[in-house]
Amino acid sequence: MAVEVRIPTILRSFTGGEKTVSAEGTSLQSVIASLDASYPGIGDRLLDDSGLRRFVNIYLNDEDVRFLDGLSTPVADNDSITILPAVAGG
Amino acid sequence: MRFDSLLDSVGHTPLVGLPRLSPSADVRLWAKLEDRNPTGSIKDRAALAMIAQAEADGRIKPGDTLLEPTSGNTGISLAMVAKQRGYKLICVMPENTSSERTQLLLMWGAEVIYSPAAGGSNEAVRVAKGLAAEHPDWVMLYQYGNPANAQAHYDGTGPELLADLPTITHFVAGLGTTGTLMGVGRYFREHKPDVEIIAAEPRYGELVYGLRNIDEGFIPELYDASILTSRFSVGPRDAVKRMRELLEVEGIFAGVSTGAILHAAIGTANKCVKAGVSADIAFIVCDGGWKYLSTGAYEGTLDDAEDALDGQLWA
Repeated sequence: MAVEVRIPTILRSFTGGEKTVSAEGTSLQSVIASLDASYPGIGDRLLDDSGLRRFVNIYLNDEDVRFLDGLSTPVADNDSITILPAVAGG
Repeated sequence: MRFDSLLDSVGHTPLVGLPRLSPSADVRLWAKLEDRNPTGSIKDRAALAMIAQAEADGRIKPGDTLLEPTSGNTGISLAMVAKQRGYKLICVMPENTSSERTQLLLMWGAEVIYSPAAGGSNEAVRVAKGLAAEHPDWVMLYQYGNPANAQAHYDGTGPELLADLPTITHFVAGLGTTGTLMGVGRYFREHKPDVEIIAAEPRYGELVYGLRNIDEGFIPELYDASILTSRFSVGPRDAVKRMRELLEVEGIFAGVSTGAILHAAIGTANKCVKAGVSADIAFIVCDGGWKYLSTGAYEGTLDDAEDALDGQLWA
């Protein structure tokens, strides 16, 4: 299962500057594990002991995964994942 | 309709059906026209409520100086209320906002201090908090953490929606300070708990996410995730496309953030059609398109508009 993952500017030091990378997995958890295998250390910036880090938002096809099944959210072939830091609006 | 003053006329906005954009007779879209408020945006509700509450609490009195981080609309609303009630207002606004916002703030008598474009509103909040620490006599009402912001929607927007549309099934609004979604959401949790509360969050260009560290992110103190049913990220291309569609098909001239909200509302409507359920989906028209004419959002192709909006705080 290949999915496209969009990487925010502040995490591109892990991906050699790449904006979009490919990862494998059938759940968000396994996609992040696959990302971390390709780009060691990135997993740590996304997750902490309690799960997704507080200021990290991850969207599966534009929907916030916290309102899906979190890290257990199923991921299908050709899905798109976007990682963004939480910022202020208003 | 007659009111004693301009401030008394805040709220009570029309809810209009969208017969052409609604996907079927059973799945209907409804637009709440918040651009009909005195300064032309939904933020008049929060601004009036925050100032009235601070006065009631004895936190401020006429002649005081107010300070607020804002990407524009809240500042414009606060400036209008502040002028009516005798306060001085200083707004900290990111420099990458449309020029109309600065013009309007100055017209209503506010002073503008710019914060750096990189980092967007996060930077405006940081700069404002620094200024507040340096000037203890200035009062920061702080829209991101002021309960009166959400309360304005609990008291006004929510009850208005339920009265006008008792069959409402979904409510869709933008996620900025989170005040609208928290206030309306909480109202429906108590009065019609089945209503789904859906957030549309603007996805800006990379400049806006220019944090130094992922731990420097920002979540408004008002935000309570348990109020929401789902949350969508909408980029400028979809926002502009929907904003133009709303004008073309239904004649409503709205701002770019409304396009993002409509995108989430139409996505929700399509899901309802697919699931074979009927739905009455109400969404917020945050403001009119006037303040965005200079951004290029209404001109040229979608590619042109997307390029023009890159790096700007368009919602």
